[in-house]
Amino acid sequence: MSDRIILAIETSCDETAAAIIRNGHEIVSNVVSSQIESQKRFGGVVPEIASRHHVEQITIVIEETLEKANMQPSDLTAVAVTEGPGLVGALLIGINAAKAFAFAHNLPIIPVHHIAGHIYANALVQPMQFPLLALVVSGGHTELVFMKEHGSFEVIGETRDDAAGEAYDKVARVLNMPYPGGPHIDRLAHEANEGVEFPRAWLDDTYDFSFSGLKSAVINYKHNMDQRGEEIIPEQVAKGFQDSVVEVLTTKTVRAAKEFNVKQVIAAGGVSANKGLRSSLEQAFEKEKIPFTVPPLKFCTDNAAMIGAAATYMYEAGVRGDLSMNGIPGKELKSWI
Amino acid sequence: MIWLGIETSNSPLSIAIVKDGQVLVEIVENVKLTHSVTAMPTIQELFHKAKMKPMDIDAIAVSEGPGSYTGIRIGVTIAKTLAWTLKKPLVGVSSLKVLAANGELFNGIICSLFDARRQNVYAGIYQGTDLETVMEERHTSIDDLLSQLQSLNKPVLFIGSDVENFKENIKEQLGELAIFAPSSITLPRASKLIEVAETKSLPSIEEVHHFVPQYHRLAQAEANWIQDQKKR
Repeated sequence: MSDRIILAIETSCDETAAAIIRNGHEIVSNVVSSQIESQKRFGGVVPEIASRHHVEQITIVIEETLEKANMQPSDLTAVAVTEGPGLVGALLIGINAAKAFAFAHNLPIIPVHHIAGHIYANALVQPMQFPLLALVVSGGHTELVFMKEHGSFEVIGETRDDAAGEAYDKVARVLNMPYPGGPHIDRLAHEANEGVEFPRAWLDDTYDFSFSGLKSAVINYKHNMDQRGEEIIPEQVAKGFQDSVVEVLTTKTVRAAKEFNVKQVIAAGGVSANKGLRSSLEQAFEKEKIPFTVPPLKFCTDNAAMIGAAATYMYEAGVRGDLSMNGIPGKELKSWI
Repeated sequence: MIWLGIETSNSPLSIAIVKDGQVLVEIVENVKLTHSVTAMPTIQELFHKAKMKPMDIDAIAVSEGPGSYTGIRIGVTIAKTLAWTLKKPLVGVSSLKVLAANGELFNGIICSLFDARRQNVYAGIYQGTDLETVMEERHTSIDDLLSQLQSLNKPVLFIGSDVENFKENIKEQLGELAIFAPSSITLPRASKLIEVAETKSLPSIEEVHHFVPQYHRLAQAEANWIQDQKKR
């Protein structure tokens, strides 16, 4: 079989990214242009600003990707692009660039689900073992996804309110930490021996999550301390918050892994870069003797390599988009087989 | 010289392929569909009708704004990507000038405008068949625009599908001097876009990467941020 070489493009939020992936796992080149420095000014991602940056960066990023790979468009098998979910204006830049590129070089186009991409970031590290359980945690998502085989997705649990990463950013704001707040909370949490006691939302026997109550508890705690004229200890607040998030995520993931009798558990998404969460999951699954993997840090946050990895399996399964494809901001994760 | 013209700056869509000054194919649509869905299939269809391949074109013209932020970006993204990957020069033309070009035979002042909401417009003022700029394109209040036009004391042709929203106001301010373009010329045409582009010098291919839309307005968050900085 000849090589499958995919050019992948990802612009669903605030990273303009492109990558070239050979045969679904080999990263030939990977370029990410981040807008964090610009978006910091606003304390979060402003959609209109994100779209403006994407249109400035898109051809530069794709060209750099091809140059680093030392490849021509004629070397490519297909073009893949994130179709959703994400910020619609941001998605549209990647999608229209992908369509124009595909048209110019008569290449097939593959529409990829952003979360499928995060899950397939693991295929860049080692082959995925099925049945598999994926914990997807990011600024926009908190989901437990069961996969019977390649291209088969069953969302068995998801957040009912805030995503875990969203809660991290909001708590960081309470503690006057700059955007993005997750890494700061993670760092602070490791500097405290004891954490403030915050509640855990178990939601009975479901695999669903909820973080808005925890977020409110942190805000209330700060408020009460302020009223009493007492100083909070940010490290202890961060630890208390992180302990609550990590314990719920770990406990539910372990329970699901056992119930579904999976051969591998993976973590994916920006929050899987969190050291506290990583080590908690690693320890728990070592005890359970279930293989656990989490991609290297740079493949946890948004990137196009993961989109290219997922797209390769979609290509093999015959999935194709066309020039009329649109951005789907609330796209659901559906099986492609 | 073969040109591809792309105009998606507001809700109408227009795509054209022009060869040596002759329009080969052109489409003008005003059915309020999403440009993201329709623009690329339309481009593909026109290449097919013109019996051409993407590589056959020599230059690309795109309407660079102002107008709908998303609309402009779709056209500019497609145009930039095609120009970059096919190694063709990219020429941007103001979307207001494209529209004004529909009235270039009018003997007087031409004012093209788009509704920018809250009694504001994006507007340009031109005169003559070579569309000489009388007022730089800008985001302004309708009242300021009309008082400027009043001071010129010449007949003014108003062009744009949003002109309707300000018709009473315009008549009140300019009376007999106000002339309203018939609806058949209120839609932007990619062939006109190419005509205007041809009067400009061709930029180098390296400049494609740095091509950006002309929004004529800061994003709200950025405007607020700049205000905050000034206060400090």
